Amino acid sequence: MPIQRRRFLAVAGSAAAAGVAGCFASGDSGNDGAEIAGETLTLATTTSTDDTGLLAALNEPFEERFGVTVHTVAKGTGAALETARNGDADVVMVHARSLEDEFLEDGYGVNRRDLMFNDFVIVGESDDPAGIGGESEVEGALSTIAETESTFVSRGDNSGTHTKEQQLWADAGIDPAESGEWYVETGSGMGEALTRTNEMGGYTLADRGTYLSMKSEIDLKIHVQGPVGGGPESLMNPYGIVAVNPAVHENVAYDLAMAYIGFLTSLEGQEVIEGYTVSDEQLFFPEALAEEPNFEQYVPTAWRSSSDDSPSGSSNESTDQE
Amino acid sequence: MSELPLEVLSIPAVAFPFEWPYVRSIIEVSLYVSTAAVLVSTLLSLPIALALGFTSFRGKGLLTSIITTGMGFPSVVVGLVVLFGVSNQGPLGSLELAFTPEAMILSQIVLAMPVITGVSLAAVSSVDDGVRDAAFAMGGTRLDVAIVTIREARYGIATAVLAGFGRAISEVGGVLIVGGNIVVSGESYTRTLTTAIQLEARQGRYETAMILGGVLVALVLLVNALVLRLGDGGGGRYR
Repeated sequence: MPIQRRRFLAVAGSAAAAGVAGCFASGDSGNDGAEIAGETLTLATTTSTDDTGLLAALNEPFEERFGVTVHTVAKGTGAALETARNGDADVVMVHARSLEDEFLEDGYGVNRRDLMFNDFVIVGESDDPAGIGGESEVEGALSTIAETESTFVSRGDNSGTHTKEQQLWADAGIDPAESGEWYVETGSGMGEALTRTNEMGGYTLADRGTYLSMKSEIDLKIHVQGPVGGGPESLMNPYGIVAVNPAVHENVAYDLAMAYIGFLTSLEGQEVIEGYTVSDEQLFFPEALAEEPNFEQYVPTAWRSSSDDSPSGSSNESTDQE
Repeated sequence: MSELPLEVLSIPAVAFPFEWPYVRSIIEVSLYVSTAAVLVSTLLSLPIALALGFTSFRGKGLLTSIITTGMGFPSVVVGLVVLFGVSNQGPLGSLELAFTPEAMILSQIVLAMPVITGVSLAAVSSVDDGVRDAAFAMGGTRLDVAIVTIREARYGIATAVLAGFGRAISEVGGVLIVGGNIVVSGESYTRTLTTAIQLEARQGRYETAMILGGVLVALVLLVNALVLRLGDGGGGRYR
């Protein structure tokens, strides 16, 4: 379902202007609140944001402020986007840019915004039997796992973490699914994959947030750090939030979805994200209030090269700089 | 009770890991969904069981075997089909039922109905023909005959309802798919005991999962005891 690029940019641009102007942070959202009060917002999101408890912390002030209810359906990124494609969710919060881009390009999503990030880490048995802790690079660590045929637990569920994991194996030039019985796919959420790794012994790729929130239940240690712990950029884990396109699914609560996106990317929402800790460790890092806004975040990567000559794009930039 | 020292009351040394309102709301949703589904299923199933039990026609065997097959139908498949049905893209999409308790009830009806119909049918069929003939002979209408038959088969029918209830309340795959395991402001919206257990187990909190499992088993036992007790109470007069 292709859509007009220019129209998309116009819509995305106006949302950019609204978001950067910080209309929700400045407190003039009272009027919007009156219109959407009592409504229900269905958020399709990943297990990592739900399992860590961050969403509960974010949704409570939002629900209070707007007098609405948020229904959170937690699945893998792929399933969350599929739910949104069917029009069964109003907004999606996920962490796999390639899948988000596909969602935007197909016209199902509008007004994507960078929300926050944390990173992926490779965790495993605390005594590190394969000795991957000596490797500072992901490729080296994965190669060692493959060579020693150490158990590696994969989510195998088309989630954001699974998508990242497959990309990392591909970068390392290894096809783990072909290489033997040491590669185990659980087809489950992050929490279960960590539990399974803990029980079976071996390694897995985890997002730092879920790992930290489960640390007390399991005996696994971080052996390869992501960028938050000084590791390589390839383990970056950025979260985006996208409203479902009301032109495709007219039943979606679009105003409410935009209020939610506005709240989460506002100073207040970003402070909740920054201040959310489990056992004194910060799980997520806010990204929406960056010093240098990345305006290209609103469009899929494939569309970016030619967007410079777009009149709507340039007019937005001048608006944003006010 | 309130005069007892607290230490005596807290005999299980494991601290209960949840706020009571959260657990209560999960229990309420579980009971609401399963009870509603079983009530609707029973109302639909009994006439079918009676009709099938009383008559014989071509294809009765086929129909019976379809019902029997339905008794073992995988719940995740039912959940999937119901989700397609109620999804925005599905035939019932305009009702906006996806991820609601009502969608869960719908999927539980599909699961419980064959069980209740099948077990009731067996109970109704085993009622002695003489009882029906006597009821007819005494000038009873079809409804009278049906009531007499239900009375005679009440134990079997109670078993059927309980089997349906057991299937509904202990099922996890279907309710997870159509309900979405949603909690709002610390209280359950579509989270049942089974999906809560699944969530806890997924995160490695097995003790918590076990506690919820205990609650679920206790609940099923309680409901079974209540229903069988009711069946007994009515039984004395006719035996």
